[in-house]
Amino acid sequence: MSSLTERFLLMVFTVSGEQEAKEARKERQAESKVGAFSMLLFRLRQTVTQPRTYVGLLGVVSMLLLWYALTELLNIPRFNKLPGPVAVWKEFTSRTPIYGISIYTPDYYMHIFWSVWRVAQAFFWATILGVPLGLFMGWRKVFRDYTFPILEIIRPIPVLAWVPIAILMFTGIASREAPIIFLTFLASFYATVLNTMLGVESIDEVYFRAARCLGAKPRHIFFRIVLPGALPFIFTGLQIGVGVGWFSLVAAEMLSGEYGLGFLIWDSYVLVQFQVIIIAMITLGIIGYLFSAAIRMVGNMLMRWTTRESV
Amino acid sequence: MTSFNATKLQKTVLNRTLLRGVISIVALLLLWEIGSRFHFTFLASVPAPTEVIASLNKMISDGKFWKDWLASYWRVLEGFVAAQLIGIPLGLAMAMNRTFYNFMFSPLEVLRPIPPLAWVPTAIIFWPTTELSIAFVIFLGAFFTVVLNVLGGARNIDERMLRVAASFGSRKSDIFWKIVLPATLPSIFTGMAVGMGITWEVVVAAEMIAGKSGLGYFTWASYVGGNYPQIIVGMISIGIAGYLSSGLIRFIGKRATPWQRQF
Amino acid sequence: MAGRSKQPGKFAGVASEGAIQIRNVSKVYDPEGINVLAVDNCSIDIAPGEFCVIVGPSGCGKTTLLNAIAGFHNITQGEILLDGKAICTPTYTAPPGSERIVVFQNGALFPWSTILDNVAFGPVVQGTATAREANEAAQELLAELGLPDIADRYPNELSSGMRRRVEIARALINDPKVLLLDEPFRAMDALTKGVAQEFLLQAYDRIRKTVFFITHDLEEALFLADRILVMTTRPGRIKCSLNVDFPRPRTFHMRASKHYLELKAEIFTAVREEATKAFVAGERELA
Repeated sequence: MSSLTERFLLMVFTVSGEQEAKEARKERQAESKVGAFSMLLFRLRQTVTQPRTYVGLLGVVSMLLLWYALTELLNIPRFNKLPGPVAVWKEFTSRTPIYGISIYTPDYYMHIFWSVWRVAQAFFWATILGVPLGLFMGWRKVFRDYTFPILEIIRPIPVLAWVPIAILMFTGIASREAPIIFLTFLASFYATVLNTMLGVESIDEVYFRAARCLGAKPRHIFFRIVLPGALPFIFTGLQIGVGVGWFSLVAAEMLSGEYGLGFLIWDSYVLVQFQVIIIAMITLGIIGYLFSAAIRMVGNMLMRWTTRESV
Repeated sequence: MTSFNATKLQKTVLNRTLLRGVISIVALLLLWEIGSRFHFTFLASVPAPTEVIASLNKMISDGKFWKDWLASYWRVLEGFVAAQLIGIPLGLAMAMNRTFYNFMFSPLEVLRPIPPLAWVPTAIIFWPTTELSIAFVIFLGAFFTVVLNVLGGARNIDERMLRVAASFGSRKSDIFWKIVLPATLPSIFTGMAVGMGITWEVVVAAEMIAGKSGLGYFTWASYVGGNYPQIIVGMISIGIAGYLSSGLIRFIGKRATPWQRQF
Repeated sequence: MAGRSKQPGKFAGVASEGAIQIRNVSKVYDPEGINVLAVDNCSIDIAPGEFCVIVGPSGCGKTTLLNAIAGFHNITQGEILLDGKAICTPTYTAPPGSERIVVFQNGALFPWSTILDNVAFGPVVQGTATAREANEAAQELLAELGLPDIADRYPNELSSGMRRRVEIARALINDPKVLLLDEPFRAMDALTKGVAQEFLLQAYDRIRKTVFFITHDLEEALFLADRILVMTTRPGRIKCSLNVDFPRPRTFHMRASKHYLELKAEIFTAVREEATKAFVAGERELA
């Protein structure tokens, strides 16, 4: 995947159309004058008064209704094999679920914990290794000449094609967790390195020149220009990295896991516990979204200079 | 002062970059070979490059191997084309009509974070054949990417262009065909290229999990059958196959959007 | 850098420093394999503390000269001397340093640092002051230049006029021998530009450093300069030199005086010929 295109993917998630960008800018300008709490109230009022919110809600509700209608209400041939929202909800909220997974069972949280823990580890390593590597690749051409070809040759191999080799690499050396974490790491790593490198390359040459004029030595340039300058792209890369990491994690868990949401999905399928499949899927979606949002928030905090604008 | 000097300088610069790349790849292969032969930590059970090449030679003359190539490509094609046929019009419709956009956006955003592979069991339950379920999951993988990219491209159209068209008295259909569509075309191809990458990820995984043919299945079967060098042959094949299809899309994309060429 | 002040922000440099000699300088560029003669055999002598302005049509090589003085690239022929020492020859380019600081066209304030961190950047990285000393000096300098309350803001929050002033402050705190300005006010509207120019002149009157200023705005050149050099279209040669003998400090009233109009007529005629040539040739500008 070209990293530019991955960036594009993310842009749509975070960047509104021109009209909404204008609204967002006005909001931010207002925020710098008014307190945070009153901003919250303001935003709440905005959300409630705009028709956009209700149409959106209508969309989600229609989807749920459609699901319900197709699976439980109308009893259409193939659809009726799938669990419907009512069945899933009953199971999810029951204190004694038939298949052992609901919000009241500790097992549910255990599976969530295992998936989250794996992603966290993989993401940690991908960031610790990927960001410095990407920074150097963007900054020093010689370094890039030696490292980029290797990366570009290995990258087209889909992460999941590594499953057997990952298992082989770690047998006898590390726990059964290692292959899964490695695969998740790999996916995040690509995104992180590429976006970081792109970030350094995006820094206007003029900043380097200005710094050199002012007497900056290479180490100053690295920490005061290269690193902060690439920060927006780095966070884009981290968000994408979490997304693709999550994606790979689920597949890896389905193939060789013992716990975790991916494993839960496959296991429930094998044991014909279909409601649990849906529960796990929805949980996956929610947690994936939360991870992305968390990173975005950290990014916004670290990069205050992009959120404040001139009045 | 002839241009001869200039191109010579360019050539040496290019050669130096190329040389460094070649050196690094050769170095990597050497390390791999040595590490495998001497069973060095991670590479203890991993086959060496020389073994892989031997296996590759064998596979090239094996007809079944190429059947697996075809099977994977066919699945990719099915799912991918379906995703474009449904995703592009949907994205464009959302871009043209604000209400429709608001309506569809939330369900899409709710479903999008769910990894496509998580849908595999549901797909198997629902669709009558394994093939169709794999195609469905592939479709999902590419679908969201396509819609997002189309939306991104369409909504980033400079409003001034639309105003110019309106001031000429254009009808909505004209605005669509002459402005929105061409302006979105680069993003559509970007979405296709990215979608192609995701598609291959999904194909490989789906074949490993539930398939009986294809390169992903081939790779997994090699592992299960203990033929380790073949695993890497499979991996490399998938990489090449994916790279070729993405390259094809980029090529077509460049042809379809000649105005994007740099001068 | 003997005789320079160890304290950032305090101007101890004497007005006998900062003489620039450009001798028979030529520069050949090589974009995309086609050799382009950007500057052709230019020779300029700039006295210490002189405000020297170069005008000419876009793409005539003015920026190339500035970049060579600043140390961003070398020259193909000739030499450039700063106070007698060679800083740019075909074989040697002195690395960019704080004795000749550039203020760039579109501004180069680091967007990720506060104004205070930006201004204090030079002394901090050069090690001539601790962070606290540098910050204090920066605050003082900002206050002196009429920008007291903006230390904790980010560049994005300021208007272009203020940003440009901050950038000049960032340069001046290092007590440079030479200030190089590459069309710094180009992107401003005419009203802001006028105020910015007056600001620059006030700073100049205080410190009397050598200034090498590039512009395509002839009014600006007349208002600011001690001497104006006109460059031809590519390949750039020095066409002629014009002394602007208005007394300092200058006010905008002088812009309507008779002598001013005479000078203006003189320089307009000189430049117009070159501008027309450039317009007709349609040359794309080099970086």
